[in-house]
Amino acid sequence: MMRVIVTMVLAAVIALPAQAELMIRITEGADNAIPVAVVPFGKADGFQPSENISQIIHEDLAMSGEFKPLPSERMLSLPTNGDDVFYRDWRLLGQKYLLVGQVQPAGGNKVSARYELFDVNREKRIMGETASVAADNLRTLAHHISDKVYEAITGTRGVFSTRIAYVTLDMENGKRIYRLNVSDVDGKRASVRLKSKEPILSPAWSPDGRRLAYVSFETGRPAIYIQELATGKRTRIAQFPGLNSAPAWSPDGDSLLMTLSRDGNAEIYKMDVASRKLTRMTDHWAIDTEPDWAPDGNSFVFTSDRSGGPQVYRMDADGGDLSRLTFGSRYNARPRFSPDGENIFYVHQRDSYFHIARMNIESGEETILTRTKLDESPSVAPNGRLLIYATQEGGKSVLAVISADGGSNYILPSRFGDVREPAWSPFLN
Amino acid sequence: MIRTYSKLFALLVAMGVMAGCSSTGGTQEEGAYGSDVSAVDQEGGSEVYGGEGSSGVSSQTMTDEERAAQAEQAAQQEQAAMRKITTFYFDFDTSEIKSESRDVLIAHAKYLAANPNRSVRLEGHADERGTKEYNLALGERRAKAVERFLVVNGASRDQIETISYGEEKPAVMGHDESAYAQNRRVELIYQ
Repeated sequence: MMRVIVTMVLAAVIALPAQAELMIRITEGADNAIPVAVVPFGKADGFQPSENISQIIHEDLAMSGEFKPLPSERMLSLPTNGDDVFYRDWRLLGQKYLLVGQVQPAGGNKVSARYELFDVNREKRIMGETASVAADNLRTLAHHISDKVYEAITGTRGVFSTRIAYVTLDMENGKRIYRLNVSDVDGKRASVRLKSKEPILSPAWSPDGRRLAYVSFETGRPAIYIQELATGKRTRIAQFPGLNSAPAWSPDGDSLLMTLSRDGNAEIYKMDVASRKLTRMTDHWAIDTEPDWAPDGNSFVFTSDRSGGPQVYRMDADGGDLSRLTFGSRYNARPRFSPDGENIFYVHQRDSYFHIARMNIESGEETILTRTKLDESPSVAPNGRLLIYATQEGGKSVLAVISADGGSNYILPSRFGDVREPAWSPFLN
Repeated sequence: MIRTYSKLFALLVAMGVMAGCSSTGGTQEEGAYGSDVSAVDQEGGSEVYGGEGSSGVSSQTMTDEERAAQAEQAAQQEQAAMRKITTFYFDFDTSEIKSESRDVLIAHAKYLAANPNRSVRLEGHADERGTKEYNLALGERRAKAVERFLVVNGASRDQIETISYGEEKPAVMGHDESAYAQNRRVELIYQ
């Protein structure tokens, strides 16, 4: 038994980046995407940074779907600081915003970037900053600048510095190998956090972004684990007879909702993380599962088939005041709240296809967001503007990112096999 | 007797047809399952319809005891043949045991009742459509439906272990109804 535990801990810590990295393919932006020019950043003489920072910013902005960055080969001039900007060059190209900057070594194995953002029509400098990071961390610096630019223009916090967790499934020597991975939102800088021959499911970020709860079948039976990302240390918090699934953190991080069938049938329970004390939340012969807390912590939504097929219900945090939210079709499941608590995103069956839909809780208005056909596992970015989900492409499971108000943005296929079960992290700093 | 056999025969043919459908994308297990069916089909047929001739023993010389023993043996063979079927299929989003599964499950239940030292693991599965966690619960409900059926028909709850893999372990790869139909299942595995 001791040996088994040691092996488990090791498997959780060792990271193999090459295996986990996803490719990215940007599909389309919004029709009203904002034209922005990210001019290639200047470099100090002889300095060769390991990453092309302005290219990463360009890709980040394109990925958001809200911007249409100008290809650099169409630029008429390539200024690297504000004094060299001729607004007319950029007005001619129909650009609304312009980002220029320079990268240089900053001593002590650090690299700094000085950048400035301009409003082309108003001929005005909007923002400028010098930021530095460790030389091997240039993607962090690039995503930081993308976040600043995004926020300065849209007024909403950017999510380029957040991360995603996901599960890959590969066939290796005829065996199924599952990996739990964490990467940047563009699929880069991926690392494996757990590897297993048995299924891994339902990764869920703690609200502080430091831990993941997930379901692993590694012992031969499903159990819920909490893993600290910095150390790889993990704890098995639930392995009751039957189902142990669908962990969902409370907004304060003190408790988890989860689905257990220890009392005979799939019900939702609340577990206090510190004491492991369980409180049963639902009591029905039907399947109750896939809970998600409202951001204010006063209620939660979940899937139940008590009406005959899976539908989304809402219940108060104390277990009272149950109401059914979805009526639009015979299959509506796995709800996830928007960060403002006003909408839910869920899997919705229309004809024989499964799409991601959004519902405004107050009005009940339902909008189908995806055109893909076998969609599942929606997860909302912490700024509420983007949504990641799993779908099928060419017989493989891939991740797709869309705008929360519709429109496809980018696809993240695995280099090898399937990628599924995406979970978008909260803001991380 | 003949009636029971013809029922079994029909069942095996029905299952055989299903296994045949999967021959392009079938797993090892599906393949093995197909060959079991044809073997039983031949042997079972000759036992029932040609037994007297092939044994070389005239029925007139048989005693009642021999007759009873032979019937008993045939019945046991029939039960054993049925127990070779260990996968039971379900319709989309249901856990209702299909009528064609019942006789086979009864054979398993009787065997478990007669052999209290044997135990089975019931693995519940769903097709890939819908959501993973709901499908985990659905797979469990299917496994538990089979468990209840076995218990009602004589097996002890202590002999049965259930687990659900949801949509994680499809029997057949593919994204069409013929693959889905083979993936919505409970597998009964003797331990």
